[in-house]
Amino acid sequence: MSGITPSQTVGPYFAIALTPGGDEWTPTVGNNLVTPDASGERVRIEGRVLDGDGGPVNDAMIEIWQADAAGRYAHPADKRANPNAAFRGFGRAGTDTGGSYSFETVKPGAVAGPNGPQAPHVVFAVFARGMLRQCYTRLYFSDEKANSADPILGLVPQERRATLIAQRQNAGGHAVYRFDIRLQGESETVFFDV
Amino acid sequence: MTFVFPRESLRAFPPSLHPDYKSTVKRAPKRPLVVTPHTLSELTGPVYGHDNIRRGDEDLTKQHTGEPLGERIVVHGRVLDEDGRGVPDTLVEIWQANACGRYIHKRDQHSAPLDPNFTGAGRTATDAEGRYKFVTVKPGAYPWGNHPNAWRPAHIHFSLFGHSFLSRLVTQMYFPGDPLMAYDPIFNSVGDEKARARMVSRFDLATTEPDWALAYEFDIVLRGRNQTPAQS
Repeated sequence: MSGITPSQTVGPYFAIALTPGGDEWTPTVGNNLVTPDASGERVRIEGRVLDGDGGPVNDAMIEIWQADAAGRYAHPADKRANPNAAFRGFGRAGTDTGGSYSFETVKPGAVAGPNGPQAPHVVFAVFARGMLRQCYTRLYFSDEKANSADPILGLVPQERRATLIAQRQNAGGHAVYRFDIRLQGESETVFFDV
Repeated sequence: MTFVFPRESLRAFPPSLHPDYKSTVKRAPKRPLVVTPHTLSELTGPVYGHDNIRRGDEDLTKQHTGEPLGERIVVHGRVLDEDGRGVPDTLVEIWQANACGRYIHKRDQHSAPLDPNFTGAGRTATDAEGRYKFVTVKPGAYPWGNHPNAWRPAHIHFSLFGHSFLSRLVTQMYFPGDPLMAYDPIFNSVGDEKARARMVSRFDLATTEPDWALAYEFDIVLRGRNQTPAQS
């Protein structure tokens, strides 16, 4: 056998197995990444997934992957990771009827990059009915000065970078970062060929 | 081992836009993707395995008080990387319609009956050689609104992780000989015939359990090659 197995759409019914909400099945992972031992600032990430008409995508699945507050990934390829830490850095959420999703997590630290550090960021994978393969994007934080020197943001045409910057808002003392994902249209989110 | 994730391998994937599958038209990105190097953020990924499954998760016929209706089947195979090495202790999640072609999801309004003894969700982790095994019932075909008289071929949805977030794969397993595959725009979104064939399971008489269940074998190849120099 040679060649990888092709991707197929997640379809409209992934919620019966992958995302929380049903009574019949307990999913492996949900949208709250915070563990009791997780250091760093607790933040909420929220937004909407919108289609080419600007309409809500009510059957998208968002997965996020991030480092901890010290910039370490819970993975064997990151030798600095603390194997005893409960923080996994992975979350999954389905969108609701208005196309909205949210995650409770901690703000990641700066991560090692190809030529110096990368600004704090969260990797997103977007799945949906009508998407034959996942799309990868990144969330950066609006209050990070390091964004201006980030090697990945630097590869994105200047006029499109704003689609990757989540805007910080304060809601009752709780930090909320707003990150809408536009699959198409004038402000289409930047997706990466990785 | 150090893994690399060649971009060329993604040629096996369908394009984001495949107009025969109508929902792609408003959901496929239109702007060019930005090519980026693989940093630590891409070379790492979620690690989920045996610690995340509960006893019985892999047998979809034993999750209720009674047995589900339908043709009992074993679905098994290996999760491999691009070098043909088994991917050990990695999570495999599946979901599917019942034997009548109906999902338990509340938005599924197909008039076929629900089965009170079938949820249609399962989960297991691969062993040291990358092997996995589920017991379930063969899902039915079902109609959908993509085009006049559109029916999805019978399929089981698979979700896998592998060595990094770049090897993450959501796919569908089809059944050999299903006449509906020829008419299905989702199956046929994969342009290459050999790549399409990799989504079709193999009837596996040797694994069939006499007087109990038929069997299908489905190997899954994820992105990722070993870059570690060979020991001499």
